[in-house]
Amino acid sequence: MANTIQTHMKNNTLPLVHFFLAFIMLLIGGTLGLLQGLNRGGVFELPASFNYYEVLTLHGILLILAFTTLFTNGYLYAAIRHTLGELSKTVKILAWSSLASFLIGSLLVVWMVLAGEATVMYTFYPPMQASPWFYIGLVFVVLCIWLAGLGVFISAFQWKRRNKGQHLPILAFFAVGIYTLVIFGSLGVTVEVLMLIPWAFGWTETINVMLSRTLFWSFGHTLVNVWYLVAISVWYTILPKIIGGRIFSDTLARLVVILIVILNVPGGFHHQIVDPAFSEGLKFMHVFMSLSIAFPSLMTAFAMFAVLERTGRKRGGRGLLGWLWVLPWGDVRFLTIMIAMISFIIGGAGGIAQTNNQLNQVVHNSLWVVGHFHITVGVTVVMTFFGLVYWLIPHLSGRVMTPFIHHLGMFQTATWTVGMALMALSMHAVGLFGAPRRTSYTTYGDSATALGWEPYLSFLATGGTLLFFGVILIVYIVFHLMFFAPKGDTPFMDSRVEDNAHPTPKWTENWGLWVIVAILIISMGYVVPLVDLIENAPPGSPPHRTW
Amino acid sequence: MKMHRFEEIWLIFGVAVLVISMAITGYQAFAQGMAPPSHKETIDPAQVENTAPFDNPGVYQTGENEYEVVMTLQAFSFEPSEITVPKGAEVTFIMTSKDVIHGVNAPHTNLNTMVVPGQVQRITQTFHDSDEFLLICNEYCGTGHQTMSATITVEE
Repeated sequence: MANTIQTHMKNNTLPLVHFFLAFIMLLIGGTLGLLQGLNRGGVFELPASFNYYEVLTLHGILLILAFTTLFTNGYLYAAIRHTLGELSKTVKILAWSSLASFLIGSLLVVWMVLAGEATVMYTFYPPMQASPWFYIGLVFVVLCIWLAGLGVFISAFQWKRRNKGQHLPILAFFAVGIYTLVIFGSLGVTVEVLMLIPWAFGWTETINVMLSRTLFWSFGHTLVNVWYLVAISVWYTILPKIIGGRIFSDTLARLVVILIVILNVPGGFHHQIVDPAFSEGLKFMHVFMSLSIAFPSLMTAFAMFAVLERTGRKRGGRGLLGWLWVLPWGDVRFLTIMIAMISFIIGGAGGIAQTNNQLNQVVHNSLWVVGHFHITVGVTVVMTFFGLVYWLIPHLSGRVMTPFIHHLGMFQTATWTVGMALMALSMHAVGLFGAPRRTSYTTYGDSATALGWEPYLSFLATGGTLLFFGVILIVYIVFHLMFFAPKGDTPFMDSRVEDNAHPTPKWTENWGLWVIVAILIISMGYVVPLVDLIENAPPGSPPHRTW
Repeated sequence: MKMHRFEEIWLIFGVAVLVISMAITGYQAFAQGMAPPSHKETIDPAQVENTAPFDNPGVYQTGENEYEVVMTLQAFSFEPSEITVPKGAEVTFIMTSKDVIHGVNAPHTNLNTMVVPGQVQRITQTFHDSDEFLLICNEYCGTGHQTMSATITVEE
């Protein structure tokens, strides 16, 4: 029996190492989050040597770049190995190089931040100038994602060659879409970083600030939608199996992937609604381009309710809402994903609000925004990730989840949900009253306005503390399932499509076409503003170091 | 592609909501003049102090109940940092940054915009109530970011 564990661990080293590192990042990033929440709530002051903004920079980078990237790569490589068969040697080399590139990159980035050479936030807006090694670190992080993507594309291509005329399995189809989107999304930021490096070394004297900022945001928000696409790949393909149902419509799922890939990149422009240097007409067009992303999400909402209702009725649910109560609410693998999906209704609505011109101006750069992405990323995406670990990690490590871990998981889910709800809802509220984001605790000389924020900020700190306990619990659960749970077989939970489903049309497989359409739509969003920003550029900005 | 009838209804409903939202936003932006601040004038970020009007920051009356606030931003202060205008005045802020990117927000108003080096930003706000408003930087601009604020006093 001990041998089977060793075999499992050996065959699945790649995803297991990714998950191991991902949850280490979550542990460190979450601890930093606790420090921030407590500081922001006015509970305690960070020592001067460990500045709030340094902590915030690391918290952002470790959680939104490192944790999500590692988890996504681990999950998708496990998924393609399961659906497409053993990885070829080339793909394995690419995957391990991707991880190596990530480690080099994040080591450089974290080192520079800790050394106080890069207290520039996750957005690293110039003309604030970090050490060139910070930007070089970012290049390696992007390279990591490209290498991982290349591996998935090659796997999919090899499978198609072996299985002529067949549709790529749906989970692998998601993986191809996810890496296509991330590569499109990272093109802008790559150009930006390649301009920042010579500037940071002092080889060029000035930098075009608005151009950099615009290139950054073509990536900044797309990245969020990459995680979201990863999350819905779980909802479409894994959730039905967990509740004992089938995929509602294979075609619908594939269409949603395609739409998200082609519509997303220009969506990031809504971060610049109150920026100078763009005309009102251009901003209005971008409201439309951002809102269009809501369309595939609406399709997803329908598909999810369809799966839940069909399965609920099959399980004996009657009447208008009877199907809802018979769903397996006591199963942590379902509960986590269900909470993730419910929170997306709130997060999606908030997102639509921020995309809109005038509503954006009310909440821009306030704590509302931070509340929004703690709901969308911190619950919708991360809770979906948490939902996977209860079966995916034991599947990979050749173990089974015990009832104790299941109970602990339910408790973790409750802690996380209550913590996020407290924190994110108070952030939304206090953001409406004008409390700024990315700002350490301050009362602005005891101004009445700022003092009015205090009660909300204490709720924020309380939520943050609960979340820290949530982090400790999930890290314990993950490591237990990886190394200490009893031996046994845990199956991979992917679902089949309904028996009477319509056949999936051929055009869904035509990635060449979708890439062209995506390029056209990205051009529609970005050619005019980028040309304008280059042609009508002010004299560039010299570097500044304000930390 | 065949779709479920309920899904068609749901999507038509969803798209209708989006279209109506666009129509309202467009009407507000272009018919009611409530478009987001979108000024396109550039400036040499290293020469702000020598470039009119920023060589002379301050509050200027430009018409009956109309004021202009010429303002420069730098880590970690606004200049001028104490602004006084009468109640009901329409105040246009003309701003630029001497160093990094800043954000400007007066909580409890719709005054909220980005001030980017190299660009001049204009935003207009009418103050209907006599009160003291806080003006803060809401984009991280360095380790003293939390101290960057000004006050707008609206007098009776």
